[in-house]
Parts: sequence; C-alpha cells; structure tokens
Amino acid sequence: MRRLARLWTEWTIAVHFLREGRAQTAMIMTGVAVGVAVIVFVSALIEGLQANIIERTLGTQAHIRLLPPDEINHLVPVPPGTVQLVQEDKRAQRLRSINNWQQVTATLDLLPLLTAVSPVVSGPAFARRGSAFESVALLGIDVERYQQIIPLHNYMLAGQLRVGAGDALIGKLLADDLGLRVGDKLRLETGVPSDAVVNIAGIFQLGVRELDARYVYLDLKQAQSLLNLPGGVTVIDLRVADIFTADTIAARIARLTSLKAESWIETNAQLVSALTAQSMSTIMIIVFVALSVSFGIASVLSVSVVQRTREIGILRATGATRRQILRVFLIQGAVFGLLGSVLGIAVSYALLWVFNTYGPKLFYIPVSGTLVLLSMLLATLTGVVAAAVPSRRAANLDPVVAIRYA
Amino acid sequence: MPDLSQDVLRLSALRKSYNIGLPNEMEVLHGINLEIGRTDFAALIGPSGSGKSTLLNVIGLLDKPTSGELYLLGQPTSAMDDEGRTALRGHAIGFVFQFHHLMQAFSAIDNVLMPLMLAQGRPGPKAIAHARALLAAVGLEKYANTKPNQLSGGQQQRVAIARALITEPALLLADEPTGNLDTHTAEEVFGLFRRFNREFGCAVLLVTHDPRLSSACDRTINLVDGAIVSDALNKSPP
Ligand SMILES: Nc1ncnc2c1ncn2[C@@H]1O[C@H](COP(=O)(O)OP(=O)(O)OP(=O)(O)O)[C@@H](O)[C@H]1O
Ligand SMILES: [Mg+2]
Repeated sequence: MRRLARLWTEWTIAVHFLREGRAQTAMIMTGVAVGVAVIVFVSALIEGLQANIIERTLGTQAHIRLLPPDEINHLVPVPPGTVQLVQEDKRAQRLRSINNWQQVTATLDLLPLLTAVSPVVSGPAFARRGSAFESVALLGIDVERYQQIIPLHNYMLAGQLRVGAGDALIGKLLADDLGLRVGDKLRLETGVPSDAVVNIAGIFQLGVRELDARYVYLDLKQAQSLLNLPGGVTVIDLRVADIFTADTIAARIARLTSLKAESWIETNAQLVSALTAQSMSTIMIIVFVALSVSFGIASVLSVSVVQRTREIGILRATGATRRQILRVFLIQGAVFGLLGSVLGIAVSYALLWVFNTYGPKLFYIPVSGTLVLLSMLLATLTGVVAAAVPSRRAANLDPVVAIRYA
Repeated sequence: MPDLSQDVLRLSALRKSYNIGLPNEMEVLHGINLEIGRTDFAALIGPSGSGKSTLLNVIGLLDKPTSGELYLLGQPTSAMDDEGRTALRGHAIGFVFQFHHLMQAFSAIDNVLMPLMLAQGRPGPKAIAHARALLAAVGLEKYANTKPNQLSGGQQQRVAIARALITEPALLLADEPTGNLDTHTAEEVFGLFRRFNREFGCAVLLVTHDPRLSSACDRTINLVDGAIVSDALNKSPP
C-alpha cells in the first residue's frame, strides 16, 4: 500500500512531464499507434486467413485417419551365419478390415483427446446409369458418428441426409455426370456378385472436386456387403480438440492400437509448411515494427532527459531518490506504449472493419480480445524496456551538476 | 542514535576534491571543521570560487565529501547509501537556491508539496493545509494554483522557501537566495528567513555576497580558498 502510495508521486510527475511536452508526446504516441495498428492489422489478417484456410481444408477431412497396417512379406528366419539373398516384390495391398474395430472404437471413445470417432468402410466401385460409367468411392458410414467428423448437413444441396435401406448420397459432380436427381436409381458394381441398385436420397457439394465427383455415401452394412467385407471397416476417422497437436496424438494412437495413423498435418504437409512460413514472416514484421517503435520511444525520452536535467536536479534536491527518478521516466515509457497501443488498436479496428465491409470479402477477419490485450500489454512492456536506457541516465545524473545545468 | 549535543550539523576535517584521478584534480575544501547549532542563523561569506556552494552541496548531502565526516542531527553520513542520504536530506534539510528552481509543470502549491509527495506519496488534507499556511506565511496565499512562470522572481523565491520549509527541516540551506533579486525584494526574502528561524526554530545557513545581509545574521563564517578564516558572532544583532 505504501509503495503504491509512493508510486502515485512518480506517476503524477510523469504525467505532468508528458503534458508539458505535449507536442513531443503527441508525436511519439502517433508513432506507437501506427506501429501497433500495423501489428494488430497484419496479425489479425494472417490469423483470419490461416483460420479460413484450415477450416476449409479440415471441413472435408478427418484430423486423423486410422488404417490397417500395410501388409508386408514375412521372411522365414535363417540360421545365423547364413547369407540370405532376397528378391522381394512388395505385396499388393488388398482391401482389408481393421481387426477388432469395435473394440478399438470403444477404446478410442474413452480418450478425452478425441472429440469424435467414426468407423468407415470404404472401397472402389463403378457407378452405372444406363450405359454411362463412373468410377466412385463407396463410403459406408454411421451417419451420426460421421457427422461429427464432416458435418454433411452443411453441404447438402438437395434431398435428405439419409443412408441405409438402399438410400445413398452422391456428390454434385457425379450427379451432373450421370444426369441424376434426387429419387433416381443408381447401380453400383464392385466385382462381387451382389450388385446393388440404390436410391439417390440426397446430393451434396463438399466444394472439393475430387470428392464431389467420387464420393458415394451408403449405410455401413450395405457398403460392407458391397465391398465383400461383412462386419468390417477399413478406416477409423478421428477428430481432435487441438488440431495442431494432431501429429503427436496420431503417433500415440498408432502405438496404442498398432494401426497406421495419418494426421492431417502429414497429409497436408505442403499446406502446413506454407502456413508456418507465413507465420514466420508475420513474426518478423511484428518484431521489426516493435523494434522501430521502441527506438522511437527511447530517442524521445533521451531528448526529454536532457531537456529536464535541471528539473531532475531539483527533484533530487527536494528528496527524490535515484529509483524515483528512474520510475518517473519508466512510467513515461509505459504511458507511451499503453496509450499509443490503445490508439493503434482503434485504428486497426477501423482498418479491419473497412476490410471486412468493403474488402474482397473472401473471408472475414475476426478481432480476438486476446490479440487486443496482448498487443496492449506488449506495447506497454516495450515502452518500459525502451525507456530503460534514458531512465537510467536520468537516475544517475549527479544532482549538483544537474541543478547547475542551464 | 541522535546526538544529545545542541549541534544540528558538525563537520570534522572535511575535504572535497573535484576531478579525482584526472590531471586537473583540485581540492576545493581543505579540512573544514564546523558546528551549526539548533537555532543558529549564520551567514557564509567569501570570495567567488572559494568553495561556498561546494560546501553547501556537501552539507545538503547532494554531494559527497572526499574525506572527513559530516554529522547531521548527530548521525554520521559517510557510510550511507543513496536511499539513506535522500531520506535524511528529505527530513533534515531544506534547500533554497539562487535561481528559484521550481518545477514549471506544477502549480505553486504542488511545488511546495513536492518534498512531501516524494517522501510519502499523495499528500493528505493536513499536508495541503500546511502548504497553504506556508504559502500564506510567505504572502502568496492567492497564488497557490498559479504556475511558476506567471510569478515574479521574488514570488518564485518565496515559493521555493515555502517548499524548503514544508518538511519542517532542522537546517535550512540557502545558496545566494537573494542574489537574483532587487534590494527591496532581497530584504523581504531575507526577512522571511529571519522569521522562520525565530518561529520554527530551524537553523539557517545562508550564502550571501551582500555585506548588509550578512551583518544582519547572528554569525558570520568566512570561507577563503576552501578554508574557514574567521567564524564569529556578530556584535550587534538587529
Ligand atoms: N563540478 C565541478 N567540477 C570541477 N570543479 C568545480 C566544480 N564545481 C566547482 N568547482 C570549482 O570549485 C571551486 C569552488 O566552487 P564553488 O562553486 O563552490 O565556489 P563559490 O564559493 O560558490 O563561488 P561563487 O561565489 O561564485 O558562487 C571553483 O574553483 C570551481 O571552479
Ligand atoms: Mg556559489
């Protein structure tokens, strides 16, 4: 309490100094404000852009896909000391079910790291209408579970989100290619004797060409029998809470289940490295802007220390300690940072509003409260750090010399 | 431990050199011994460059002696750090300079309160009332909220005197406080020192070049070339 009461004095002196040097104060505030505005605007822009890209990418993908381990050739062990020459052809990976998938699913359901678990059976087929053929991918799903991975209801163009009892969902491009509408029939051929004719219950558009041209969603049971994998699934799709830890979680789950786990980070390696590079360049911009802002603050305060040499001497003669003088100037730095950042945040809000309202409207940039608080805190800290050198000089002035200073 | 003697200040073999270790090293004070009593009203005189300001700055703990000891209120000060010296200066010493040295950004009353604010933080109603009383005592009750640059030189010097007295110091140091003022104003300001010496019983040590003022003090200390050549009570106090 006493310390705070004494800080009041340093605060009061600092504010009087700032008010007296109005023109200087206004100029450096403007400098800080411009810097903070650039930082906030650029980081919000990049954050918004990246969130948008990731959202689009992961909107139609599972975060982690669990697959049966690759089939490999098991070689007969030879006695030690024997030279073995092996000519090996890689085995063709046939469509296989994940062993014990019910048990695996039940176990994964209990993991708090995962927000959704969806077993899927998928395999190739031909879709045929009249004499037109298209090669498609059959996906047998449990709608409720699958919806937690990819919210299909958001992508429905026509019809109803319904599979099972001979109902299927197909993509927009496939529907166009085969001239299909909701309610039409479609023949699916998979090479097993039991071809099926399904009813088109709905048409979706995921926004990804490849998927819209090939995906055919069926009931799990029907797909299993079409793909000749009764009771089996070929993939377990997973969703995690923190998407950027998907690769470590994938590794853990791979060890836990001895299945092959692919995270979105692996399958979208190029995208991820592009995003990382972009983040790096944002950080560079922030660092350099912050540096130039802090040099601005430091130089303004250095000039102010020289201008106020005599007053510093008076303060020392009337009972100010070195530390009090130090704090008077540190506070000025902090005020530059804090008020400048408030101003800058207001400016960047205006910029973002203009961007969101009149810009290309490719995506919306949200301004997070944390970004605002963080930049205010950072600017204030920067102000204090920048003020350190001039403040120290002020504190170390010899009072006798300072008083005489004309 | 406060000394029980009557001295507010005692200097023993005090020396002060400038530019120590440099080729232009120079000793300005050569072993000063001096006592100032609790209610003394002393003038420090001497030719220009004799070391009066240097001595006053050392006594006011603004500057450190090169050797010797300075006892303020009985406490030896040579071993104190900056915080300790500042604290002791804050409550034991009031300073008045030749050029009224006020803070231009603050009103008269805030200037008067500054020593208290630095020592204790935000001033309470008692402190503010005290500051008003002091401003009234120096005849400036109407100017409490005026900024220094709107006051005359004599008025500013009176604000500075009020500021020096706000902490009720045991010793008031004044370095040519009237050197910048016309004769009439100088006498008025000098009268204030006299009055506060009597009313508040604070010791006054005052540097002056004006023989009329020094002879109006109770005691005259004559410093020549960094040594005290005479120190005597004046025959006829006014
Ligand atoms: N900071 C300093 N560095 C070097 N020498 C100094 C310094 N301050 C004072 N001196 C020297 O010390 C000597 C005494 O100076 P001081 O200011 O104490 O004299 P003074 O008696 O107050 O003179 P005046 O009556 O002109 O004010 C002078 O020769 C001066 O040049
Ligand atoms: Mg002098």
